[in-house]
Amino acid sequence: MFRSHILVCGGTGCHSNDSAAIREKFEAALKARKLDKDVQVVTTGCFGLCAAGPVVVVYPEGAFYSGMTVDDVETVVDEHIVKGRLVERLLYKEKASHAAIKALSDTNFIKKQTRVVLRNCGVINPENIDEYIAYDGYQALIKVLTEMQPQEVVDIVKKSGLRGRGGGGFPTGLKWQFTKDAPGDVKYVCVNADEGDPGAFMDRSVLEGDPHALLEAMVIAGFAIGAHQGYIYVRAEYPIAVQRCKIAMEQAKEYGLLGKNILGTGFDFDIEIRLGAGAFVCGEETALMTSIEGNRGEPRNRPPFPAVKGLFGKPTLLNNVETYVNIPQIILKGPQWFTSMGTEKSKGTKVFALGGKINNTGLVEIPMGTTLREVIEDIGGGIPNGKKFKAAQTGGPSGGCIPASEYDIPIDYDNLISIGSMMGSGGMIVMDEDNCMVDIARFFLDFTVDESCGKCTPCRVGTKRLLEMLTRVIEGKAELEDLDKMEELCYYIKNNALCGLGQTAPNPVLSTMRYFRDEYEAHIKEKRCPAGVCKALLSYFITEACKGCTVCAKKCPVGAITGVVKGQHVIDQSKCIKCGVCMDNCKFAAIIKK
Amino acid sequence: MEKMVNLKINNIAVTVPAGTTILEAAKTAGIKIPTLCYLKDINPLGACRVCVVEVKGARSLVASCVYPVAEGMEVTTNSKKVTDSRKTTLELMLSDHKQECLSCARNLSCELQALSLEYNCDSNKFKGETVEYPLDCTTPYLVRDNNKCILCRRCVAACHKYQSVGVIGANARGFDTHVGCAFERDLIDVPCVGCGQCINVCPTGALHEREEIDDVVEALNDKTKYVVVGTAPSVRIGLGEEFGMPIGSNVEGKMVAALRRLGFKGVFDVNFTADLTIMEEGFEFIGRIQNGGKLPMITSCSPAWIKFIEHNYPEYLENLSTCKSPQQMFGAISKTYYAQKLGIDPKDMYVVSIMPCTAKKFEKGRADQSASGYPDIDAALTTRELAKMIKRAGILFNELPDEEFDTPFGISSSAGLLFGATGGVMEAALRTVVAVLEGKEPENIDFVEVRGTKNIKEATYKVAGIDVKVAVASGLANAREIMEKIKSGECDYHFIEIMSCPGGCVNGGGQPIKDAYTRNNMNVPAIRAASIYAADKDKALRKSHENPAIKEIYKEFLGEPNSHKAHEVLHTTYTPRNKY
Repeated sequence: MFRSHILVCGGTGCHSNDSAAIREKFEAALKARKLDKDVQVVTTGCFGLCAAGPVVVVYPEGAFYSGMTVDDVETVVDEHIVKGRLVERLLYKEKASHAAIKALSDTNFIKKQTRVVLRNCGVINPENIDEYIAYDGYQALIKVLTEMQPQEVVDIVKKSGLRGRGGGGFPTGLKWQFTKDAPGDVKYVCVNADEGDPGAFMDRSVLEGDPHALLEAMVIAGFAIGAHQGYIYVRAEYPIAVQRCKIAMEQAKEYGLLGKNILGTGFDFDIEIRLGAGAFVCGEETALMTSIEGNRGEPRNRPPFPAVKGLFGKPTLLNNVETYVNIPQIILKGPQWFTSMGTEKSKGTKVFALGGKINNTGLVEIPMGTTLREVIEDIGGGIPNGKKFKAAQTGGPSGGCIPASEYDIPIDYDNLISIGSMMGSGGMIVMDEDNCMVDIARFFLDFTVDESCGKCTPCRVGTKRLLEMLTRVIEGKAELEDLDKMEELCYYIKNNALCGLGQTAPNPVLSTMRYFRDEYEAHIKEKRCPAGVCKALLSYFITEACKGCTVCAKKCPVGAITGVVKGQHVIDQSKCIKCGVCMDNCKFAAIIKK
Repeated sequence: MEKMVNLKINNIAVTVPAGTTILEAAKTAGIKIPTLCYLKDINPLGACRVCVVEVKGARSLVASCVYPVAEGMEVTTNSKKVTDSRKTTLELMLSDHKQECLSCARNLSCELQALSLEYNCDSNKFKGETVEYPLDCTTPYLVRDNNKCILCRRCVAACHKYQSVGVIGANARGFDTHVGCAFERDLIDVPCVGCGQCINVCPTGALHEREEIDDVVEALNDKTKYVVVGTAPSVRIGLGEEFGMPIGSNVEGKMVAALRRLGFKGVFDVNFTADLTIMEEGFEFIGRIQNGGKLPMITSCSPAWIKFIEHNYPEYLENLSTCKSPQQMFGAISKTYYAQKLGIDPKDMYVVSIMPCTAKKFEKGRADQSASGYPDIDAALTTRELAKMIKRAGILFNELPDEEFDTPFGISSSAGLLFGATGGVMEAALRTVVAVLEGKEPENIDFVEVRGTKNIKEATYKVAGIDVKVAVASGLANAREIMEKIKSGECDYHFIEIMSCPGGCVNGGGQPIKDAYTRNNMNVPAIRAASIYAADKDKALRKSHENPAIKEIYKEFLGEPNSHKAHEVLHTTYTPRNKY
C-alpha cells in the first residue's frame, strides 16, 4: 500500500516542458531517500489546465503544484513527502484571485467542468490496464457481450442522443443503425484520430491519457454492427499516442479483452493502427478510408455512404475518438444519465481545447449548453492583461466566430450553426481587441489552401483565389466591391466543393465578414488595420520622446533608422520591414505603430 | 425484374433503373448536362464540378455524373444557381490555364473552350497566381503541357484502367497538384509505352503528339528527296471525321487523292505490307507448330505492346513473332526493293507513314529497323497530322474524286484492311494459315469468333487435324491478363493477337479525338470497326496469299516466306527493358 501518490502530468504541454525529466527526478529522489516503496510516482494523461503546467498533483491531499521544474523536485520531496508541509510557493494560484489553491478539485477550472470523456485523464497511468479496470474499465464491454444483443446496444446509443464529436454532429445511434443494417458479412469499425484542426488536442489527450476507453468502445461498436476488425487512423504527428495505443492493445489482448474469443464469449475483434502522413484532408471520412486503402488521400463523392460502402468497399462505421469514448459510460450508466446533461438537441458534454487570449489555456470538458461567458470567465479565467473579449473562434478552419454580442449563447450544435459558426472538433480560440479579424480569417484560409487535396475545382482554385482576394484586402490593395465578389465566391465554394474541407473553407471569411465588416471596410476604405496587426497597413514612427540612445538604429536589421547620438532618430519608411524590433527595444516608449 | 426509380428532372417525369446516375437519367429525358472529367466506366470522378445540379433537399449542389437517382427525387439542371456555378467553375479553371487557344493543337476541338463559349465565360475574371510548368517533350511521340491541364484525371484513368500501364498520376496537392510520373521523372524515364490513349481522352491541349508535319513538308520541298507515303488500314476509317464526315466513314479514295495532291511521289497502301506481314507471320507460325517452336506465338505489329512486353514480361520476348510491323515492312521494302526498281539510292528516299498510332513514332527509331542501312521509316504521321496537312494545303477534301493507290504497293486484300480492328490480324492470319495447312482454300473465311470489342476473345479452330487455340486481346489491361494466364500456366493458346488500343488500331492514339459526350454515348471503336468489316465483305480479294502483288514481290525479291532475304529485310529483334 502506498501512503502517497505523486501524479506527474504527461500530457502534450507538460511533456514538452520536461515533465518526463521531472518524473525521473522524483523517482530518483524517492529512491535515494528509500521512500520508493511508500510513495508511487505515476505519469498520467493531460489534467487539462495546461496553462499551469508542468502539473504535479500529490495525493492524498490533492495538492496542486503548478509550473514545476526539475529543480523543484527535491523541495517537494523533502518538504511535502517527508515533512508533510505543502510547498506554498508552488501551489497553483488562480490568476483572478491570486489566492493559493490547495487542491485541483478546488479550482474553478475543474469545478465548472463535467469530465466524462476526460474522466481518467490526469487520474490513471494510461500504460497500466489494471488502473483502467479499477475505475470501472471494461465493465461496459462485459455487460454488452454477456447480457445484451447488438440491436439493444444500438438502441441505447440512439436513446442517449449522442452526436458525432468530430464536428459534423450526426446522430451517432443512427449511424450505428445504418451500418448494422447494411448487408454484408465483412464490416469495419474505424476511428478518426487524425485531429487536424490547428490547436486541437482533445483526441490526442484521450489517446495518450486513456487509450483503453477507446479500445473498449471499438469492441462494443464491432459487436453492435457486426464487425470483427477495427482501424485506428491516427496522425503520424502523434507518436506518443500511437505508442500508448499499442501498449494498451497488447495489454488488452493479454487479458483476453481483444482479439479472438473475447472473454470466452466467442466474439472476435481485432484492431490495427494506421498512420496518417501529414494531410489535414485525411480527417475527412472518405479520404481517411482511401488513405487506409493505400491510395492518395482524396475524398470520394457520396452516395454511396461509408455505412453502406466504405473501407475496402465494405460497410464501415467511422466515428471520432471523442464520440467513441462516451460509449462505455453510456452503456454502464444508461442513456438517461447522458441525456440529463446538455440541451434538448445536443446531449452530453464536449471537450474543448481553449487557446488564444485566455488565462487558463488547456483542455476543458463542459456540458452542452454552457454559455460562452461561463467558459471564458469561470473556467477560462478571463482575458489576460485586462483586455476586452472580441470573439471566440470555434470549429477551426471550418468554423466561424462567436462575437461579443453572442457572449451568452448556450454552446450546442444547432445554436452555433444558427449564428454562422459550428462546433467543430472542439478547438476554441479566444480573441481580444488586439486581434485583427481579417487577419484571423486569412490565417485559417491559408491553412485550408495549403491542405486542399486538389481534386475539385472549387476548392483547388476557388479557395486559392479567395485567399488572394483576402490578401489584397490586408495589403490595402482592395476595393469595396471586392467584398461582394469575395462573398459571392465564398457561397460558390460552399455550394460546389466536393467534400467538407472545401464546403466549410469559406466559413471563417463569411463569419468575420458578417460580424466584423467594419474592420474589412477600414482595411479597404482607410487602408487602416484597426487592431494594429496587418503589417502592410502599419508604419512605425519614432516620437519626440526619443532620447537619441541609438539602440533602435543598432538593432534594426535593415539599417532603416538614422540619427545622431542624443538626437531625434527617424525611420526610413521605404526601408522598414515592420519587424518591430526597434519598438521592442526602446526603453523610452518612443516608438509607436499606427 | 430490375428495380425502377421514378424521379423528376426539370419537372419532366423520368423512370430509370435503380443505380442510374442523374446524368444518364437526364439524357433519357432529352437533357444534356455538361461534363468535363467524366468518362464512362473509367473515370467516374465527380471532381471538376461542371456537371453539378440541384437536388431538392440536398445541402449543396451534387455531381450528376456520379450521383444515383432515388425515388421521388426532384432535380433541376438549369436553374440560375446551377448555371452561375458552372460558369464560375469554368472561369476558375481558365484562371489557372495557359490561354494559348489561337495556336493550340486543340483549338476548335478543346472541350474547355467549347464549354467556355457555351457559358459565356470571362476568361480573365479570376486572374491570379499560376504555377509555370516546363513541358515534357522527352519522348519522340508525345508532349505534356501541364500549363493547360485542368486536372480532370482522364489521362490517369486511361493509363491505369484501359492500359494497366499506370505511369502517370497526381503529384503534390492543392493548387500545386499536377499530373506527372513517379518522383517527378520525365516520361522517357518511366515505362510509358507510347500508346497515346492519354492524348485521346484529354479534353484540352495538355497532351498532344510530337508533330512531324514540318519535317515532311521540308522533305516534300527537297528536290533531292524521293518522298513516298504509305497509309495504315485505320487511317481511311477516321480521316473523314476530321472533315465533318460521320464516324467510321471509309474515305480511301479521297485520302489517296489528297496525298497525291500533297506532292508524294508514291502513294502506297500499308494494307499491302499487312498482307506481307501475314505471309511472313503465317509461315512463321506454321513453322513453330510443325517444328516445336516457341508457343504461344504473339503478334508484334503494335509497338506500344512491344514496349509493354519488353518492360513487363521480358522473359517472354521469344514468344513474339520476329516479323516487323506493316509500317516497318513498308519502309523496308521501299528503300530496298522499290529503290532498286527505281534505281535510286535509299539515302535519297524519304518514307512517310500515316498511322492511327503515336507509338509508331517510337517504333521507327528502334534498333534493327533499317533494312537498307537507313531507317526504314523517316516520319510517322498520325491521322490527325495528315488532316492538318491537307487543310493547310488548301485541299477541299470533301470534294475530291476517288483515286487509286500507286503500284507496286497499291494492291491489297481486305485481310490486310482487317488489321485495323481487334481480331483482324488473327482473322487475316487464319485465312492464310488454314489454306496452307489444309492444302486447300477454306470454305468459310469469316472467322467471326475473333471479331467484336469484348475484352478477351478465345476460339479453337480444327485445322488439318490440330485444335488450334487462339486468343485476341485489345487494350493493354487485357494483354496483361493474358500474360498473367500464360505465366501461371492457366492457358494453352497457340497464337495470340494483341493490340494495345482498346478496340484495335481504329481507336489508336493518333486517330481523330472524340469528345467525352461522344465517347460516353457511342461505341466509337465498334462503329469504326464495322466499317472495316463491311468493306471486307464486299471485296473480291480477301486473302493475303492470293494478292498478285504479294506473289510478285516474293518472285522478284524475297524468294519464299521466311527466306534468308525475308529475314534480313522484314524481321527484327527485341530487347528487355527495366521498368525504372
